[in-house]
Amino acid sequence: MAARAQPVSAWPGAVAAALVAAVILGTLGTVAATAEAGGRFAPGDWAALRFTLVQAVLSAVLSVGLAVPVARALARRRFRGRAALVALLGAPFILPVIVAVLGLVTVFGRAGWVSAGLGLLGLPPLSIYGLHGVVLAHVFFNLPLATRLILQGWQEVPDERFRLAAQLRIEGWAMWRLIEWPMLSRVVPGALAVVFALCLTSFAVALTLGGGPRATTIELAIYQAFRFDFDLGRAALLSGVQLVLTIAAASLALAAGAGAGFGAGLGRAVRRWDARGRAARAGDAAWIALAAVFLIVPLAAIVAAGLPGLADLPVQVWRAAGVSLLVAAGSTALVLALALPMAAAVARGRMGVVEVSGLLGLAASPLVIGTGLFILVRPVADPFALALPVTALVNAVMALPFALRILGPAAREAVAAHGRLALGLQITGWRFMALVMIPRLRAQIGFAAGLSAALSMGDLGVIALFADPETATLPLQVYRLMGAYRMEQAAGAALLLLVLSLALFWTLDRGGRWHAEA
Amino acid sequence: MKYLGFAAGFLSVSAVAAAADTRELTVYTYDSFVADWGPGPKIEAAFEATCDCDLKFVGVEDGAALLARVRLEGERSEADVVLGLDTNLMAAATETGLFAPSGVEAAYDLPVEWADPVFVPYDWGYFAFVHDKGLEPPANFRALGESEVSIVIQDPRSSTPGLGLLMWVKAAHGDDAPAIWEELADNIVTVTKGWSEAYGLFLEGEADMVLSYTTSPAYHLIAEEDAGKAAAVFDEGHYMQVEVAALMETSDTPDLGREFLQFLVSDAAQSILPTTNWMYPAVMPEGGLPDGFGQLVTPEDALLFPPEEAAAIRDEALDEWLRALSR
Repeated sequence: MAARAQPVSAWPGAVAAALVAAVILGTLGTVAATAEAGGRFAPGDWAALRFTLVQAVLSAVLSVGLAVPVARALARRRFRGRAALVALLGAPFILPVIVAVLGLVTVFGRAGWVSAGLGLLGLPPLSIYGLHGVVLAHVFFNLPLATRLILQGWQEVPDERFRLAAQLRIEGWAMWRLIEWPMLSRVVPGALAVVFALCLTSFAVALTLGGGPRATTIELAIYQAFRFDFDLGRAALLSGVQLVLTIAAASLALAAGAGAGFGAGLGRAVRRWDARGRAARAGDAAWIALAAVFLIVPLAAIVAAGLPGLADLPVQVWRAAGVSLLVAAGSTALVLALALPMAAAVARGRMGVVEVSGLLGLAASPLVIGTGLFILVRPVADPFALALPVTALVNAVMALPFALRILGPAAREAVAAHGRLALGLQITGWRFMALVMIPRLRAQIGFAAGLSAALSMGDLGVIALFADPETATLPLQVYRLMGAYRMEQAAGAALLLLVLSLALFWTLDRGGRWHAEA
Repeated sequence: MKYLGFAAGFLSVSAVAAAADTRELTVYTYDSFVADWGPGPKIEAAFEATCDCDLKFVGVEDGAALLARVRLEGERSEADVVLGLDTNLMAAATETGLFAPSGVEAAYDLPVEWADPVFVPYDWGYFAFVHDKGLEPPANFRALGESEVSIVIQDPRSSTPGLGLLMWVKAAHGDDAPAIWEELADNIVTVTKGWSEAYGLFLEGEADMVLSYTTSPAYHLIAEEDAGKAAAVFDEGHYMQVEVAALMETSDTPDLGREFLQFLVSDAAQSILPTTNWMYPAVMPEGGLPDGFGQLVTPEDALLFPPEEAAAIRDEALDEWLRALSR
């Protein structure tokens, strides 16, 4: 396998991976080097580690476990509003934490809609605070992402397979064993790893909905070490632990997720000839409806809260929206520039290191990256002048894992299916990318770009460390409005953020699939 | 190598620094100070009208992050003045050796004596639990602990009000603090990362009271004409937050820096702060307090640890807090 000629070379991907690793590990090393003495685990850190792992495992298993039937139902059904629903699935996890949490609390909180309904029935109100609250929020954030990742797996199964299966009257269990299970066993481990890593670094959600100090995560310990104790050594150490956990999870997932694909198809939309029975239809409808209600009701709460404030948004909010769009554009371009060669390198096989490097972004603490970059940039340039490019760069690194998850399998298929022919025709390197890879990956590129752009719009991480008055992003402006008690305008700005992020996601994702779903 | 070229070009676009001929003063402060509706823009305009200089604010999250930033930059910092530390952070700030005497003289209207030569207090407030007027609030921490009243507080490890509450309980109850926290544990709905999250949850109706300031109702009263919020007065006294500014030892324009610090306690600056930063002025402006501030509650006793004591107590208080709430 290793000696076989390949239509794409690995080095651009390796360079990109090295760049990403340099940003993440370099900043971590810089922070560690700046520290005065070696860091040590504080007693509470072990409890933090345990809680972090427990909630991340639970959140990942539940998010992905629920995403499988939802994605299956979405893959098998065509209905009005399906495209809109799939686009909406991008919404929850791009929201600033505080906005999403307030949306969830409006629905599930002690004074929320569900509790009010229970009250009418004479039942006690729900409590959203505790481990279950953390997991609920993480499922809200990550179920949509997991659904999209798995749905994509379904759509990558060539239509011809299902056509053939229908002719051979393969249904039910046989269909599961021959087509669905092999596909899931490739896609699910990656989705689990992504969600696990995302929940690993969660901090504001875990604290707010966890109910208090019991819900301490490693990221909070990093925060404390840095801000409260100014113990850079401990911050670096904890950040390292976070990285190791993610790499371990990612390696497990990559080992589990390896395996052959399905070969080439003509790329038509998936149509299913099984699953036409009444029970199958009702089941799919129920899953879609449940997921839609669970995701859309809290979003509706955010919309309801934001509408009154939308009318008199201060001009600074619009300016911040412009800044956010600019950062998102830069970040998205950077993500694609990094992810495409990395995906191509992954497609050649045996490039686990590239994949792991791509996943590092999930585990890195934005606080540590930001601080490290600050220390590095400081001697050569004004960090505040660099606030926006640095934010775009860090956002790109953070979004890279998703882009790679999305592009990787399809790139592998493209190389496997068309590699030999391309080699025979001497279409290699750049020409293979331009003529074969990019056109084949159009849908995935659109999805990855949309997700990266939307993620970047919602990110608060680094800008809060670097911001000066003129360069606030929209999420930062939401916090500023709240800090000035202007809750109504803050809710309006949050709604604007939601709408812009969704529009960006929808446009890019749609653009990628233009004419592809005939 | 097209990508790398792109990335490098992208990074260098805004790396162009502007040079200025006029004197320039760089002030690091917390983020909400520089927001357009915060005090920053008005203070800037008022100072620039008198100083023939360019005042540049740089916003960094909050007071704790601000100190971390200055410690990180050390002697290479571009900051001339740091504005937005409080008494809980002063000992750590002093320890850095980065701050110089201010030379500022003023007739402070603080509930405590102020004689620090380095740190200039510019506004202050009392921590307090804010509630809807319909609620009959408990009279102190003990009564709160025994009651069914629910509260949202902030985590002391990630927010300055959260740390203030630790100090408050410690100042009011000393060695009984752990017992107080155990009593309070079942009243605490949740603990949030920062003030915004907590206040948001309170407004959503998730708790009866939220840790904030006695001046919080003034915002609702003045800016929203909503008289429905009040701050509960606790009979054991209220811990204060005194916000301070200081001159950096490394400033290349120390005279201009001192000029700014003196301006900060002048009538022009002090009259801006109450309705932009929603705190009490450190020196009473000639025109007095704005309407609405008169309707606020005033605690009998002001509690405040001197900076060194606050720093010494901090770790122990955090330990007690963690132990009581982790059960």
